[in-house]
Amino acid sequence: MLGLTSSDWEALRLTLRLALISTGLLLVLCLPLAWWLAHTQRRIKVVIEALVALPLVLPPTVIGFYLLILLGPRGVVGGTLERLGVGHLAFTFTGLVIGSMIYSLPFVVQPLQNAFQAMGRRPLEVAATLRAGPFDRLLSVVLPLSRQGLLTAAVLSFAHTLGEFGVLLMIGGGIPGQTQVASIAIYSHVEALDYASAHRLSLFLMLVAFTLLTCIYALNRRFKVVGVMP
Amino acid sequence: MSVSGTLRLKRGDFELEAELELPERGVTALFGRSGSGKTTLLRCLAGLERGEGWLSVNGCRWQHGRHFLPVHRRPLGYVFQEASLFPHLRVRDNLRYGYRRVAAGQRRVDFDETVHLLGVEALLDRHPHALSGGQRQRVAIARALLASPRLLLMDEPMASLDAASKAEILPYLERLHTHLEIPVVYVSHALEEVARLADYLVLLEAGRVLAAGPLHELLVRSDLPLSHADNAAAVLEARVLECDAVQQVIALECGAGRLWLSHPPAPTGTPLRVSVKARDVVISLTPPQDSSVLNCLPARISEIADDPHPGHLLVRLTIGDQTLISRITREAAKRLALVVGQPVYAQLRGAALS
Repeated sequence: MLGLTSSDWEALRLTLRLALISTGLLLVLCLPLAWWLAHTQRRIKVVIEALVALPLVLPPTVIGFYLLILLGPRGVVGGTLERLGVGHLAFTFTGLVIGSMIYSLPFVVQPLQNAFQAMGRRPLEVAATLRAGPFDRLLSVVLPLSRQGLLTAAVLSFAHTLGEFGVLLMIGGGIPGQTQVASIAIYSHVEALDYASAHRLSLFLMLVAFTLLTCIYALNRRFKVVGVMP
Repeated sequence: MSVSGTLRLKRGDFELEAELELPERGVTALFGRSGSGKTTLLRCLAGLERGEGWLSVNGCRWQHGRHFLPVHRRPLGYVFQEASLFPHLRVRDNLRYGYRRVAAGQRRVDFDETVHLLGVEALLDRHPHALSGGQRQRVAIARALLASPRLLLMDEPMASLDAASKAEILPYLERLHTHLEIPVVYVSHALEEVARLADYLVLLEAGRVLAAGPLHELLVRSDLPLSHADNAAAVLEARVLECDAVQQVIALECGAGRLWLSHPPAPTGTPLRVSVKARDVVISLTPPQDSSVLNCLPARISEIADDPHPGHLLVRLTIGDQTLISRITREAAKRLALVVGQPVYAQLRGAALS
Protein backbone atom coordinates (compact mmCIF):
# COMPACT_ATOMS: atom_id res chain seq x y z
CA MET A 1 0.00 0.00 0.00
CA LEU A 2 1.24 3.47 -0.95
CA GLY A 3 4.34 1.72 -2.19
CA LEU A 4 5.53 1.12 1.38
CA THR A 5 7.03 -2.26 2.18
CA SER A 6 5.91 -4.35 5.12
CA SER A 7 9.08 -3.45 7.00
CA ASP A 8 8.25 0.22 6.41
CA TRP A 9 4.82 -0.32 7.93
CA GLU A 10 6.42 -2.18 10.80
CA ALA A 11 8.72 0.78 11.41
CA LEU A 12 5.75 3.18 11.34
CA ARG A 13 3.78 1.03 13.75
CA LEU A 14 6.74 0.92 16.08
CA THR A 15 7.17 4.70 15.88
CA LEU A 16 3.52 5.27 16.70
CA ARG A 17 3.60 2.87 19.62
CA LEU A 18 6.76 4.43 20.97
CA ALA A 19 5.34 7.95 20.67
CA LEU A 20 2.09 7.00 22.39
CA ILE A 21 3.68 5.10 25.24
CA SER A 22 6.41 7.58 26.01
CA THR A 23 4.01 10.55 25.78
CA GLY A 24 1.54 8.86 28.11
CA LEU A 25 4.17 7.95 30.64
CA LEU A 26 5.79 11.37 30.45
CA LEU A 27 2.52 13.17 31.11
CA VAL A 28 1.85 11.09 34.22
CA LEU A 29 5.37 11.32 35.59
CA CYS A 30 5.88 15.00 34.79
CA LEU A 31 2.71 16.19 36.53
CA PRO A 32 4.20 16.00 40.03
CA LEU A 33 7.60 17.20 38.86
CA ALA A 34 6.18 20.23 37.05
CA TRP A 35 3.90 20.97 40.03
CA TRP A 36 6.85 20.89 42.36
CA LEU A 37 8.91 23.13 40.07
CA ALA A 38 6.03 25.58 39.74
CA HIS A 39 5.57 25.98 43.49
CA THR A 40 8.80 25.23 45.31
CA GLN A 41 10.87 27.96 46.89
CA ARG A 42 13.94 25.77 47.32
CA ARG A 43 17.23 26.70 45.75
CA ILE A 44 17.75 23.24 44.30
CA LYS A 45 14.95 24.09 41.87
CA VAL A 46 17.40 25.76 39.45
CA VAL A 47 19.54 22.63 39.34
CA ILE A 48 16.53 20.46 38.55
CA GLU A 49 15.33 22.94 35.93
CA ALA A 50 18.78 22.84 34.29
CA LEU A 51 18.76 19.04 34.31
CA VAL A 52 15.31 18.96 32.74
CA ALA A 53 16.40 21.37 30.01
CA LEU A 54 19.63 19.49 29.27
CA PRO A 55 18.20 17.36 26.42
CA LEU A 56 17.43 20.62 24.59
CA VAL A 57 21.09 21.47 24.18
CA LEU A 58 22.91 18.13 24.21
CA PRO A 59 23.45 16.28 20.93
CA PRO A 60 21.06 13.30 20.92
CA THR A 61 24.05 11.02 20.42
CA VAL A 62 25.43 12.08 23.81
CA ILE A 63 22.20 11.13 25.55
CA GLY A 64 21.97 7.93 23.54
CA PHE A 65 25.59 7.06 24.31
CA TYR A 66 25.25 7.44 28.06
CA LEU A 67 21.95 5.62 28.07
CA LEU A 68 23.52 2.77 26.16
CA ILE A 69 26.26 2.54 28.77
CA LEU A 70 23.83 2.84 31.65
CA LEU A 71 21.21 0.42 30.36
CA GLY A 72 23.59 -2.04 28.70
CA PRO A 73 24.65 -5.36 30.29
CA ARG A 74 27.64 -3.74 32.03
CA GLY A 75 25.86 -0.56 33.09
CA VAL A 76 24.54 0.17 36.55
CA VAL A 77 20.90 -0.19 35.56
CA GLY A 78 21.30 -2.88 32.88
CA GLY A 79 23.69 -4.94 35.01
CA THR A 80 21.36 -4.87 38.01
CA LEU A 81 18.42 -5.92 35.85
CA GLU A 82 20.57 -8.66 34.38
CA ARG A 83 21.35 -10.02 37.84
CA LEU A 84 17.66 -9.90 38.71
CA GLY A 85 17.02 -12.09 35.68
CA VAL A 86 15.08 -9.40 33.76
CA GLY A 87 17.73 -8.74 31.17
CA HIS A 88 19.45 -5.49 30.22
CA LEU A 89 17.70 -2.79 28.17
CA ALA A 90 20.12 -1.97 25.35
CA PHE A 91 18.60 -2.64 21.89
CA THR A 92 15.14 -3.25 23.37
CA PHE A 93 11.84 -1.43 23.00
CA THR A 94 11.85 -0.55 26.72
CA GLY A 95 15.23 1.07 26.17
CA LEU A 96 13.74 3.09 23.33
CA VAL A 97 10.89 4.26 25.57
CA ILE A 98 13.31 5.36 28.28
CA GLY A 99 15.50 7.13 25.74
CA SER A 100 12.68 9.00 24.05
CA MET A 101 11.19 9.96 27.44
CA ILE A 102 14.42 11.55 28.54
CA TYR A 103 14.83 13.27 25.21
CA SER A 104 11.28 14.71 25.32
CA LEU A 105 11.31 15.57 29.03
CA PRO A 106 11.69 19.36 28.64
CA PHE A 107 8.89 19.48 26.08
CA VAL A 108 6.48 18.11 28.67
CA VAL A 109 7.74 19.66 31.89
CA GLN A 110 7.98 23.22 30.65
CA PRO A 111 4.43 23.71 29.30
CA LEU A 112 3.01 22.02 32.40
CA GLN A 113 5.14 24.12 34.73
CA ASN A 114 4.01 27.30 32.93
CA ALA A 115 0.37 26.23 33.15
CA PHE A 116 0.65 25.51 36.87
CA GLN A 117 2.43 28.78 37.53
CA ALA A 118 -0.26 30.71 35.67
CA MET A 119 -2.95 28.92 37.66
CA GLY A 120 -1.42 29.68 41.04
CA ARG A 121 -2.51 28.14 44.31
CA ARG A 122 -5.78 29.99 44.72
CA PRO A 123 -8.05 27.62 42.75
CA LEU A 124 -6.80 24.75 44.88
CA GLU A 125 -7.35 26.65 48.10
CA VAL A 126 -10.87 27.45 46.98
CA ALA A 127 -11.51 23.80 46.11
CA ALA A 128 -10.17 22.68 49.50
CA THR A 129 -12.50 25.05 51.33
CA LEU A 130 -15.31 23.48 49.29
CA ARG A 131 -14.51 20.00 50.63
CA ALA A 132 -12.45 18.68 47.73
CA GLY A 133 -9.66 16.33 48.80
CA PRO A 134 -6.24 16.23 47.10
CA PHE A 135 -7.06 13.75 44.32
CA ASP A 136 -10.45 15.37 43.76
CA ARG A 137 -8.69 18.74 43.39
CA LEU A 138 -6.34 17.27 40.79
CA LEU A 139 -9.20 15.95 38.68
CA SER A 140 -11.72 18.74 39.12
CA VAL A 141 -9.47 21.78 39.17
CA VAL A 142 -5.84 21.22 38.19
CA LEU A 143 -6.36 19.17 35.04
CA PRO A 144 -9.23 21.21 33.57
CA LEU A 145 -7.49 24.50 34.31
CA SER A 146 -4.20 23.39 32.79
CA ARG A 147 -5.66 21.57 29.81
CA GLN A 148 -3.97 23.88 27.34
CA GLY A 149 -0.63 23.16 28.92
CA LEU A 150 -1.41 19.44 28.90
CA LEU A 151 -2.36 19.51 25.25
CA THR A 152 0.77 21.45 24.31
CA ALA A 153 2.91 19.02 26.30
CA ALA A 154 1.30 15.99 24.67
CA VAL A 155 1.60 17.36 21.13
CA LEU A 156 5.18 18.44 21.56
CA SER A 157 6.23 15.16 23.13
CA PHE A 158 4.42 13.09 20.51
CA ALA A 159 5.76 15.07 17.58
CA HIS A 160 9.23 15.13 19.04
CA THR A 161 9.27 11.35 19.41
CA LEU A 162 8.11 10.93 15.80
CA GLY A 163 11.13 12.88 14.68
CA GLU A 164 13.65 11.33 17.04
CA PHE A 165 16.73 9.73 15.54
CA GLY A 166 20.05 9.94 17.31
CA VAL A 167 19.04 8.73 20.73
CA LEU A 168 17.03 5.86 19.29
CA LEU A 169 19.80 4.75 16.97
CA MET A 170 22.32 4.67 19.82
CA ILE A 171 20.16 2.91 22.39
CA GLY A 172 18.13 0.76 19.99
CA GLY A 173 20.60 -0.05 17.24
CA GLY A 174 17.89 0.07 14.58
CA ILE A 175 17.01 -3.62 14.55
CA PRO A 176 14.20 -4.08 11.97
CA GLY A 177 10.95 -5.10 13.63
CA GLN A 178 12.28 -4.45 17.11
CA THR A 179 13.89 -1.06 17.42
CA GLN A 180 13.90 0.29 13.89
CA VAL A 181 11.56 3.29 13.96
CA ALA A 182 10.54 5.22 10.84
CA SER A 183 13.32 7.80 11.04
CA ILE A 184 15.93 5.04 11.23
CA ALA A 185 14.25 3.09 8.43
CA ILE A 186 14.60 6.17 6.20
CA TYR A 187 18.26 6.38 7.12
CA SER A 188 18.75 2.71 6.19
CA HIS A 189 17.04 3.26 2.83
CA VAL A 190 19.37 6.16 2.09
CA GLU A 191 22.41 4.18 3.17
CA ALA A 192 21.34 1.41 0.77
CA LEU A 193 20.96 4.14 -1.93
CA ASP A 194 17.25 3.23 -2.20
CA TYR A 195 16.19 6.89 -2.58
CA ALA A 196 12.71 6.02 -3.86
CA SER A 197 11.79 4.11 -0.66
CA ALA A 198 13.33 6.81 1.51
CA HIS A 199 11.27 9.35 -0.38
CA ARG A 200 7.97 7.50 0.07
CA LEU A 201 8.45 6.95 3.77
CA SER A 202 9.65 10.52 4.36
CA LEU A 203 6.72 12.03 2.51
CA PHE A 204 4.29 9.80 4.38
CA LEU A 205 5.79 10.77 7.73
CA MET A 206 5.63 14.42 6.82
CA LEU A 207 1.97 14.19 5.87
CA VAL A 208 1.08 12.32 9.05
CA ALA A 209 2.87 14.85 11.22
CA PHE A 210 1.30 17.79 9.43
CA THR A 211 -2.23 16.37 9.59
CA LEU A 212 -1.84 15.54 13.25
CA LEU A 213 -0.61 18.99 14.20
CA THR A 214 -3.33 20.71 12.18
CA CYS A 215 -6.03 18.66 13.90
CA ILE A 216 -4.64 19.41 17.30
CA TYR A 217 -4.27 23.12 16.79
CA ALA A 218 -7.80 23.26 15.43
CA LEU A 219 -9.01 21.49 18.56
CA ASN A 220 -7.08 23.84 20.76
CA ARG A 221 -8.59 26.84 19.04
CA ARG A 222 -12.05 25.54 19.68
CA PHE A 223 -11.61 24.52 23.32
CA LYS A 224 -9.41 27.33 24.47
CA VAL A 225 -10.20 28.26 28.05
CA VAL A 226 -9.39 31.35 29.98
CA GLY A 227 -6.26 30.67 31.95
CA VAL A 228 -6.76 33.14 34.77
CA MET A 229 -9.42 33.16 37.46
CA PRO A 230 -11.91 35.97 37.26
CA MET B 1 -18.00 29.75 72.95
CA SER B 2 -18.13 28.10 69.58
CA VAL B 3 -14.76 29.17 68.23
CA SER B 4 -11.83 29.23 70.57
CA GLY B 5 -8.14 28.70 70.24
CA THR B 6 -4.63 30.01 70.40
CA LEU B 7 -2.71 30.26 67.16
CA ARG B 8 0.88 31.18 66.49
CA LEU B 9 2.62 31.58 63.16
CA LYS B 10 6.00 32.99 62.18
CA ARG B 11 6.61 34.24 58.65
CA GLY B 12 9.92 36.04 58.27
CA ASP B 13 9.70 39.20 60.36
CA PHE B 14 6.01 38.82 61.02
CA GLU B 15 4.77 36.94 64.02
CA LEU B 16 1.15 36.14 64.71
CA GLU B 17 0.11 35.22 68.19
CA ALA B 18 -3.61 35.31 68.76
CA GLU B 19 -5.92 34.01 71.41
CA LEU B 20 -9.52 33.81 70.34
CA GLU B 21 -12.89 33.29 71.99
CA LEU B 22 -15.65 34.08 69.54
CA PRO B 23 -19.39 34.05 70.18
CA GLU B 24 -21.62 31.31 68.87
CA ARG B 25 -23.69 33.48 66.60
CA GLY B 26 -23.32 36.71 64.76
CA VAL B 27 -20.53 38.40 62.89
CA THR B 28 -17.09 38.80 64.41
CA ALA B 29 -14.90 41.32 62.65
CA LEU B 30 -11.15 40.90 62.63
CA PHE B 31 -10.17 44.51 62.38
CA GLY B 32 -6.80 46.16 61.96
CA ARG B 33 -4.67 47.95 59.43
CA SER B 34 -2.98 46.08 56.62
CA GLY B 35 -0.14 43.96 57.89
CA SER B 36 -1.74 43.44 61.28
CA GLY B 37 -2.29 39.75 60.55
CA LYS B 38 -6.05 39.66 59.94
CA THR B 39 -5.88 37.57 56.80
CA THR B 40 -3.15 35.34 58.19
CA LEU B 41 -5.27 34.64 61.25
CA LEU B 42 -8.28 33.86 59.07
CA ARG B 43 -6.17 31.49 56.95
CA CYS B 44 -4.98 29.79 60.12
CA LEU B 45 -8.60 29.31 61.20
CA ALA B 46 -9.35 27.72 57.82
CA GLY B 47 -6.25 25.56 57.88
CA LEU B 48 -4.87 27.20 54.73
CA GLU B 49 -1.85 28.12 56.85
CA ARG B 50 -0.54 25.79 59.45
CA GLY B 51 0.27 27.64 62.61
CA GLU B 52 1.02 26.18 66.00
CA GLY B 53 -1.39 25.96 68.88
CA TRP B 54 -4.93 24.71 69.10
CA LEU B 55 -8.30 25.50 67.65
CA SER B 56 -11.71 24.17 68.48
CA VAL B 57 -14.94 24.92 66.62
CA ASN B 58 -18.35 23.85 67.94
CA GLY B 59 -16.65 21.43 70.27
CA CYS B 60 -14.64 19.79 67.45
CA ARG B 61 -10.89 19.91 67.61
CA TRP B 62 -9.66 21.30 64.32
CA GLN B 63 -6.13 21.59 65.56
CA HIS B 64 -4.40 20.40 68.66
CA GLY B 65 -0.75 19.52 69.07
CA ARG B 66 0.15 17.36 66.09
CA HIS B 67 -3.47 16.85 65.12
CA PHE B 68 -4.33 19.08 62.17
CA LEU B 69 -7.61 18.66 60.33
CA PRO B 70 -6.96 19.34 56.63
CA VAL B 71 -8.93 22.18 55.06
CA HIS B 72 -11.24 19.94 53.05
CA ARG B 73 -12.38 18.12 56.18
CA ARG B 74 -13.29 21.32 58.03
CA PRO B 75 -16.97 22.23 57.67
CA LEU B 76 -16.29 25.84 56.80
CA GLY B 77 -17.07 28.35 54.11
CA TYR B 78 -14.40 30.74 52.90
CA VAL B 79 -14.95 33.83 50.81
CA PHE B 80 -11.74 35.21 49.37
CA GLN B 81 -10.98 38.81 48.63
CA GLU B 82 -11.22 38.16 44.91
CA ALA B 83 -14.23 36.02 44.09
CA SER B 84 -11.96 33.27 42.70
CA LEU B 85 -14.71 31.48 40.82
CA PHE B 86 -13.59 28.47 38.81
CA PRO B 87 -13.21 29.86 35.29
CA HIS B 88 -13.91 26.52 33.63
CA LEU B 89 -17.31 26.12 35.28
CA ARG B 90 -20.56 27.96 34.76
CA VAL B 91 -22.08 29.74 37.75
CA ARG B 92 -24.38 26.78 38.41
CA ASP B 93 -21.48 24.34 38.56
CA ASN B 94 -19.42 26.72 40.66
CA LEU B 95 -22.32 26.77 43.13
CA ARG B 96 -22.73 23.01 43.01
CA TYR B 97 -19.02 22.35 43.50
CA GLY B 98 -19.12 22.43 47.28
CA TYR B 99 -22.82 21.53 47.51
CA ARG B 100 -22.45 18.08 45.94
CA ARG B 101 -19.37 17.31 47.99
CA VAL B 102 -21.44 17.41 51.18
CA ALA B 103 -23.38 14.23 51.87
CA ALA B 104 -27.10 14.77 51.28
CA GLY B 105 -27.90 13.95 54.92
CA GLN B 106 -25.51 16.61 56.16
CA ARG B 107 -26.69 19.45 53.97
CA ARG B 108 -28.14 22.25 56.02
CA VAL B 109 -28.96 24.69 53.26
CA ASP B 110 -31.35 24.55 50.37
CA PHE B 111 -29.90 25.20 46.92
CA ASP B 112 -32.73 27.33 45.56
CA GLU B 113 -33.15 29.24 48.79
CA THR B 114 -29.48 30.20 48.92
CA VAL B 115 -29.45 31.16 45.26
CA HIS B 116 -32.43 33.39 46.00
CA LEU B 117 -30.89 34.83 49.18
CA LEU B 118 -27.88 36.08 47.20
CA GLY B 119 -29.95 37.04 44.17
CA VAL B 120 -28.01 34.99 41.64
CA GLU B 121 -30.90 33.10 40.00
CA ALA B 122 -30.48 34.93 36.72
CA LEU B 123 -26.78 34.21 36.54
CA LEU B 124 -26.84 30.42 36.81
CA ASP B 125 -26.06 29.66 33.17
CA ARG B 126 -23.43 32.34 32.74
CA HIS B 127 -19.69 31.94 32.74
CA PRO B 128 -17.75 33.69 35.51
CA HIS B 129 -15.93 35.99 33.09
CA ALA B 130 -19.29 37.39 31.96
CA LEU B 131 -20.16 38.66 35.46
CA SER B 132 -19.49 41.99 37.13
CA GLY B 133 -17.28 42.17 40.22
CA GLY B 134 -20.26 42.43 42.56
CA GLN B 135 -22.07 39.53 40.89
CA ARG B 136 -18.98 37.33 41.10
CA GLN B 137 -18.60 38.03 44.80
CA ARG B 138 -22.27 37.19 45.39
CA VAL B 139 -21.80 33.89 43.58
CA ALA B 140 -18.70 33.23 45.67
CA ILE B 141 -20.64 33.86 48.88
CA ALA B 142 -23.49 31.61 47.75
CA ARG B 143 -20.96 28.94 46.78
CA ALA B 144 -19.41 29.06 50.25
CA LEU B 145 -22.82 28.87 51.96
CA LEU B 146 -23.91 25.91 49.83
CA ALA B 147 -21.14 23.82 51.36
CA SER B 148 -23.22 23.88 54.58
CA PRO B 149 -20.53 25.52 56.68
CA ARG B 150 -20.52 25.55 60.48
CA LEU B 151 -18.27 28.59 60.35
CA LEU B 152 -18.17 31.20 57.62
CA LEU B 153 -14.88 33.01 57.03
CA MET B 154 -14.82 36.11 54.87
CA ASP B 155 -11.63 37.87 53.86
CA GLU B 156 -12.52 41.46 52.96
CA PRO B 157 -15.08 40.34 50.41
CA MET B 158 -15.68 43.92 49.36
CA ALA B 159 -12.10 45.18 49.24
CA SER B 160 -11.63 44.61 45.53
CA LEU B 161 -15.00 46.09 44.57
CA ASP B 162 -15.80 49.61 43.44
CA ALA B 163 -18.23 51.75 45.43
CA ALA B 164 -21.24 50.78 43.33
CA SER B 165 -20.58 47.05 43.69
CA LYS B 166 -20.04 47.51 47.42
CA ALA B 167 -23.39 49.22 47.74
CA GLU B 168 -24.89 46.38 45.74
CA ILE B 169 -23.47 43.65 47.95
CA LEU B 170 -23.87 45.20 51.42
CA PRO B 171 -27.61 44.53 51.68
CA TYR B 172 -26.96 40.86 50.90
CA LEU B 173 -24.33 40.67 53.63
CA GLU B 174 -26.77 42.28 56.06
CA ARG B 175 -29.40 39.75 55.05
CA LEU B 176 -26.93 37.00 55.80
CA HIS B 177 -26.36 38.51 59.19
CA THR B 178 -29.99 38.02 60.12
CA HIS B 179 -30.45 34.66 58.33
CA LEU B 180 -27.38 32.71 59.31
CA GLU B 181 -27.24 30.76 62.49
CA ILE B 182 -23.54 30.11 62.29
CA PRO B 183 -20.65 32.27 63.43
CA VAL B 184 -19.15 34.48 60.76
CA VAL B 185 -15.61 35.81 60.94
CA TYR B 186 -15.21 38.85 58.74
CA VAL B 187 -11.87 40.47 58.00
CA SER B 188 -11.97 44.17 57.31
CA HIS B 189 -10.00 47.36 57.57
CA ALA B 190 -12.96 49.63 56.87
CA LEU B 191 -14.58 50.99 60.00
CA GLU B 192 -17.90 51.83 58.31
CA GLU B 193 -18.21 48.28 57.06
CA VAL B 194 -17.50 46.86 60.50
CA ALA B 195 -19.94 49.25 62.18
CA ARG B 196 -22.64 48.06 59.80
CA LEU B 197 -22.03 44.34 59.88
CA ALA B 198 -20.23 43.19 63.00
CA ASP B 199 -21.53 42.29 66.45
CA TYR B 200 -18.23 41.38 67.97
CA LEU B 201 -14.85 42.86 67.30
CA VAL B 202 -11.31 41.52 67.51
CA LEU B 203 -8.79 44.30 67.18
CA LEU B 204 -5.45 43.20 65.77
CA GLU B 205 -2.19 45.07 65.80
CA ALA B 206 1.16 43.67 64.62
CA GLY B 207 -0.03 40.09 64.89
CA ARG B 208 -1.48 40.41 68.37
CA VAL B 209 -4.97 40.85 69.74
CA LEU B 210 -5.17 44.38 71.09
CA ALA B 211 -8.72 44.00 72.37
CA ALA B 212 -11.79 41.85 71.80
CA GLY B 213 -15.40 42.40 72.78
CA PRO B 214 -18.85 43.45 71.66
CA LEU B 215 -18.74 46.01 68.87
CA HIS B 216 -20.61 48.79 70.65
CA GLU B 217 -18.26 48.61 73.62
CA LEU B 218 -15.00 48.58 71.67
CA LEU B 219 -16.01 51.37 69.30
CA VAL B 220 -16.33 53.87 72.14
CA ARG B 221 -13.34 52.88 74.28
CA SER B 222 -11.06 55.88 74.53
CA ASP B 223 -8.00 53.70 75.16
CA LEU B 224 -8.34 52.08 71.74
CA PRO B 225 -7.46 53.66 68.41
CA LEU B 226 -10.98 53.09 67.02
CA SER B 227 -12.52 55.99 68.91
CA HIS B 228 -9.81 58.36 67.72
CA ALA B 229 -10.03 57.58 64.02
CA ASP B 230 -11.26 60.41 61.83
CA ASN B 231 -14.41 58.42 61.05
CA ALA B 232 -14.82 57.08 64.59
CA ALA B 233 -18.42 56.16 65.29
CA ALA B 234 -20.65 54.59 67.89
CA VAL B 235 -23.61 52.37 67.20
CA LEU B 236 -27.04 52.55 68.81
CA GLU B 237 -29.46 49.67 68.75
CA ALA B 238 -32.93 50.96 67.93
CA ARG B 239 -36.42 49.80 66.97
CA VAL B 240 -38.83 51.22 64.44
CA LEU B 241 -41.65 53.12 66.14
CA GLU B 242 -43.56 54.66 63.26
CA CYS B 243 -43.14 55.61 59.63
CA ASP B 244 -44.09 58.47 57.40
CA ALA B 245 -44.43 56.96 53.96
CA VAL B 246 -44.94 60.30 52.25
CA GLN B 247 -41.84 61.98 53.58
CA GLN B 248 -39.90 58.71 53.67
CA VAL B 249 -38.99 59.25 57.30
CA ILE B 250 -39.05 56.77 60.16
CA ALA B 251 -39.04 57.28 63.90
CA LEU B 252 -36.86 55.03 66.03
CA GLU B 253 -36.85 54.26 69.72
CA CYS B 254 -33.37 53.92 71.13
CA GLY B 255 -33.72 53.56 74.88
CA ALA B 256 -33.52 57.18 75.98
CA GLY B 257 -35.35 58.93 73.21
CA ARG B 258 -36.63 59.09 69.74
CA LEU B 259 -34.67 59.49 66.50
CA TRP B 260 -35.94 60.60 63.12
CA LEU B 261 -34.21 59.32 60.05
CA SER B 262 -34.72 59.45 56.32
CA HIS B 263 -35.48 55.90 55.41
CA PRO B 264 -38.08 54.00 53.44
CA PRO B 265 -40.89 52.69 55.67
CA ALA B 266 -40.17 49.58 57.74
CA PRO B 267 -42.51 47.50 59.91
CA THR B 268 -42.93 48.70 63.46
CA GLY B 269 -40.66 46.92 65.88
CA THR B 270 -37.94 46.10 63.30
CA PRO B 271 -34.57 46.26 65.03
CA LEU B 272 -32.17 48.61 63.29
CA ARG B 273 -28.65 49.67 63.98
CA VAL B 274 -27.81 53.35 63.80
CA SER B 275 -24.22 54.47 63.52
CA VAL B 276 -23.32 57.95 64.67
CA LYS B 277 -19.92 59.46 63.92
CA ALA B 278 -18.08 61.19 66.77
CA ARG B 279 -17.65 64.33 64.69
CA ASP B 280 -21.43 64.53 64.15
CA VAL B 281 -22.36 64.66 67.84
CA VAL B 282 -22.81 68.19 69.18
CA ILE B 283 -23.07 68.76 72.92
CA SER B 284 -25.30 71.45 74.37
CA LEU B 285 -26.23 72.23 77.95
CA THR B 286 -29.88 73.03 77.27
CA PRO B 287 -32.26 71.36 74.84
CA PRO B 288 -31.87 73.39 71.63
CA GLN B 289 -35.09 75.18 70.63
CA ASP B 290 -33.99 76.86 67.46
CA SER B 291 -31.76 74.37 65.70
CA SER B 292 -32.27 72.60 62.39
CA VAL B 293 -30.87 69.44 63.94
CA LEU B 294 -33.85 67.21 64.51
CA ASN B 295 -32.36 64.53 66.70
CA CYS B 296 -31.47 65.41 70.23
CA LEU B 297 -31.09 62.96 73.09
CA PRO B 298 -30.65 63.58 76.81
CA ALA B 299 -27.31 62.22 77.89
CA ARG B 300 -24.80 62.14 80.71
CA ILE B 301 -21.06 62.62 80.33
CA SER B 302 -19.32 59.44 81.43
CA GLU B 303 -15.77 60.24 80.38
CA ILE B 304 -13.67 63.05 78.97
CA ALA B 305 -10.48 61.76 77.36
CA ASP B 306 -7.56 63.23 75.44
CA ASP B 307 -7.50 62.85 71.70
CA PRO B 308 -4.29 62.45 69.68
CA HIS B 309 -5.12 65.84 68.14
CA PRO B 310 -3.86 68.41 70.70
CA GLY B 311 -6.91 70.66 70.25
CA HIS B 312 -9.53 67.93 70.57
CA LEU B 313 -11.18 65.97 73.35
CA LEU B 314 -13.20 62.79 73.18
CA VAL B 315 -16.36 62.85 75.27
CA ARG B 316 -18.24 59.69 76.07
CA LEU B 317 -21.95 60.12 76.54
CA THR B 318 -24.29 57.66 78.19
CA ILE B 319 -27.76 57.58 76.71
CA GLY B 320 -29.97 55.16 78.60
CA ASP B 321 -27.93 51.99 78.48
CA GLN B 322 -26.15 52.93 75.29
CA THR B 323 -23.08 55.01 74.56
CA LEU B 324 -22.15 57.68 72.04
CA ILE B 325 -18.86 59.45 71.52
CA SER B 326 -18.42 63.06 70.61
CA ARG B 327 -15.28 64.80 69.42
CA ILE B 328 -15.20 68.42 70.45
CA THR B 329 -12.50 71.07 70.80
CA ARG B 330 -10.80 71.73 74.12
CA GLU B 331 -11.93 75.32 73.82
CA ALA B 332 -15.58 74.31 73.62
CA ALA B 333 -15.24 71.99 76.61
CA LYS B 334 -13.72 74.84 78.59
CA ARG B 335 -16.46 77.32 77.67
CA LEU B 336 -19.22 74.87 78.55
CA ALA B 337 -17.27 73.75 81.67
CA LEU B 338 -18.00 70.11 80.93
CA VAL B 339 -17.33 67.63 83.70
CA VAL B 340 -17.88 63.92 84.11
CA GLY B 341 -21.35 63.10 85.41
CA GLN B 342 -22.90 66.23 83.98
CA PRO B 343 -26.29 65.90 82.24
CA VAL B 344 -26.18 67.36 78.73
CA TYR B 345 -27.99 67.10 75.39
CA ALA B 346 -26.47 65.26 72.46
CA GLN B 347 -27.49 66.68 69.10
CA LEU B 348 -26.92 64.27 66.24
CA ARG B 349 -26.06 66.15 63.07
CA GLY B 350 -26.04 62.96 61.13
CA ALA B 351 -26.93 59.40 61.80
CA ALA B 352 -26.74 56.56 59.37
CA LEU B 353 -28.80 53.48 59.46
CA SER B 354 -26.98 50.24 59.14
